[in-house]
Amino acid sequence: MEKIAVMSESNQALHPMCDGCARAQLIKMGINSGKWHFAVALAGNPNTGKSTVFNALTGLRQHTGNWPGKTVTRMEGLYKYGEYVYKLVDLPGTYSLLATSEDEEIARNFILFGRPDVTVVVVDATRLERNLNLAYQVMEIADRVVIDLNLIDEAERHGLEISARQLSRELGVPVVPTAARNGRGIDDLIKIVSDMATGQLISRPNRLKVYDSQFGQAVGEVTRSIESLYPGLPNARWVAIRLLDGDERIEKAVRTGELLNMVRGQNGDPAFALQGTAA
Amino acid sequence: MEEQVRTEPLEEEKTTWRLSELKPGRIAVIDHLAIDGEERRRLMDLGMVPGTRVTAEFRSALGDPVAFRIRGSLIALRKVQTRQIVIKLVEE
Amino acid sequence: MSEQATTPEELLSRADALRGELGDSHSRFIEDIYQQAAEVADKVVSQTGQAGRFNLDRALDRVLTSPVWGLPIMVLMLGVVLWLTISGANIPSGWLATLLLDWVYNWLHTAFQAIAAPWWIEGFLVDGVYLAVAWVTSVMLPPMAIFFPLFTLLEDFGYLPRVAFNLDRAFAKAGAHGKQALTMTMGFGCNAAGVIATRIIDSPRERLLAIITNNFSLCNGRWPTQILIATIFIGALVPPVWSATASMLAVLGVAVLGVGLTFGVSWGLTKTVLKGEASTFSLELPPYRPPQILRTLYTSVIDRTLIVLWRAVTMAAPAGAVIWLLGNIDISGVSIAEHLVTFLDPIGWFVGLNGVILLAYVVAIPANEIVIPTILMLTLMVGRAAGADAGVMIEFDTARETASVLVGLGGWTLLTGINLMLFSLMHNPCSTTIMTIYQETKSLKWTTVATLLPVVMGLITTGAITWIARALHLV
Repeated sequence: MEKIAVMSESNQALHPMCDGCARAQLIKMGINSGKWHFAVALAGNPNTGKSTVFNALTGLRQHTGNWPGKTVTRMEGLYKYGEYVYKLVDLPGTYSLLATSEDEEIARNFILFGRPDVTVVVVDATRLERNLNLAYQVMEIADRVVIDLNLIDEAERHGLEISARQLSRELGVPVVPTAARNGRGIDDLIKIVSDMATGQLISRPNRLKVYDSQFGQAVGEVTRSIESLYPGLPNARWVAIRLLDGDERIEKAVRTGELLNMVRGQNGDPAFALQGTAA
Repeated sequence: MEEQVRTEPLEEEKTTWRLSELKPGRIAVIDHLAIDGEERRRLMDLGMVPGTRVTAEFRSALGDPVAFRIRGSLIALRKVQTRQIVIKLVEE
Repeated sequence: MSEQATTPEELLSRADALRGELGDSHSRFIEDIYQQAAEVADKVVSQTGQAGRFNLDRALDRVLTSPVWGLPIMVLMLGVVLWLTISGANIPSGWLATLLLDWVYNWLHTAFQAIAAPWWIEGFLVDGVYLAVAWVTSVMLPPMAIFFPLFTLLEDFGYLPRVAFNLDRAFAKAGAHGKQALTMTMGFGCNAAGVIATRIIDSPRERLLAIITNNFSLCNGRWPTQILIATIFIGALVPPVWSATASMLAVLGVAVLGVGLTFGVSWGLTKTVLKGEASTFSLELPPYRPPQILRTLYTSVIDRTLIVLWRAVTMAAPAGAVIWLLGNIDISGVSIAEHLVTFLDPIGWFVGLNGVILLAYVVAIPANEIVIPTILMLTLMVGRAAGADAGVMIEFDTARETASVLVGLGGWTLLTGINLMLFSLMHNPCSTTIMTIYQETKSLKWTTVATLLPVVMGLITTGAITWIARALHLV
């Protein structure tokens, strides 16, 4: 079994030989419009078992069909762990956050503007490379990221060995191997997410370095402009990169003042960022 | 049918091919993508970066999209797309 | 160092200018992410054992997507699902009918009489509301409880993307998006769900095609209608041993015709009002997954069957009330229902249907599920009022007895049956779907097109068949 690499000291407490101890404290609350303390976004490629992870945590039984694009809207559910209630938001499965389709926009806007406390990227262990695309893009946007290395059982059956520890070192964020279909690793995932939400665990995503100096200067300039225009925006660099790439959705967010609202609405409902796109 | 394809001699003078020319069962390495913009991103989203190994697996029932094995996943691509992907053949 | 932007407009124009100066390097940075991901994956993944299951998947794909077997297997799969549904649903349907339409129904009447309730309360609640609900339950529950789990098993197994893969070229030729195959198959469960699923299609033009044609996928509200009418009129044409097979082939024929209409209408719209080229997309074929049979049974019964049944019941209860009122409020000595049916009968006759069917389709706009119960209740009310066999107490334990109502009391023929099956395929979407179409398109124009196009096509088709049959003296 893979060891879990985490970035803080709290990983000692995390690795006892007690299977199911996190789940013993887990209360699945399903759809419940009550109050919640932390919002957790669930992102991932299509067909990575994201909905299965969602179901395992919330106790909901969202249908998990085996075809890409099955989840076209976001699904929300609550669970309680320890003294806090977590709202889990299952985003549409996407290959990237760059393209223009509606489902990719829903996922991107939520991570960018919805300000989830933790973003869990569910990756398919059998197709890691392609899934890491998305993980890197999420890490560009968000600070508090956990990688759920799902379908680890499938990978083993295919004779693939994946070092979660090394992957965690490469990415700078915790990596949790799971096989959500039979509940394996879900305890660890719950624990890590809670540690990160409560600030006991801090991740430092390894962002891509800009090698092209001309581009680097441009990014720097636009980032500074954004920071002075929108103080407190957590992902100014990403917004700058997207503006330099001519991303129309982000341009629109600047023009309409949507970006400003994101900063002001500190404790707003993360869902509001979706109202423009989801019908 | 497939065996015939395998024994077909390679044209020596031709070093780069289009992915659309790859026969089922053969393996190639992506050289570059001869498209720009969103289409290019979409292919890269699926892991099609230069240097990636691609195997042509099988055609669909009606012949056109062909399924390719790319880094462990099976991706169906139409001919209009594969015509724009430049590859190098790999000897087995 | 350059100046800092002080307004959003300045920021945008500065970014624009910089993009011009940079040339290609801005997009190269994004592409570095892909390169980086590839490198990291190579570092942390090692292949230690044999890749056993890839080979099994490959063998399956060779067969399921083969030029020779791919399409026949697809039709065969649908046929097997339908045959299991038809032959399996009959017996439990009979039990439910005995229980709900015989025992409980009679018991309710006795109970109401025991408390000396006024006749109109008893009639409204028992012969109106209760009867419609009971009928919907006994007609719909068994086929759905068989069809949904089977369909879900195919879905979980990973077959749907293969269907899309096989049909992709046909969709491309019709000018439609390849992902329309996926939304089409979702429509077999529920058209409203199919319409929502079209969000996976990026291009607005192709998304409209998928939305407008989704109604040609027979939805769960229409499968039971198809199955019942096929059993009564087609199954009865052959010896009893073959009756399930013949019914299955008839329903399969209608379903395949629906797929054909999807291509035809997409093609027609592409050539006229929705001109354009099919855009390209890359479809991932996920690995086959061994279906978890028990879990699938559980979730599809709980989540799909019961939810859909509940929706049908909530629609049936008010519909039953409306039907009872129509049948029992008289205007100049004749019930409203009879007035309406008499008015609609000539139109119905012209297109090979009848007034009851047309009225039933108006009453059943909220849900296709209640078409058959509505038809039966109206046929009984109008038929009895007309004096035909008023004394006969009819039971609906089996399809055979339902047939006796339709044929004996309603005057249906084989032609009526066939036309109803075609009209059930080609008529307006249910109100839920119409509302969903409006929400998704935000266009009154396209919602109207999607609503009326199938009705017009349906009336023209049944009319044409009827007049050809009459010209050839087949009826």
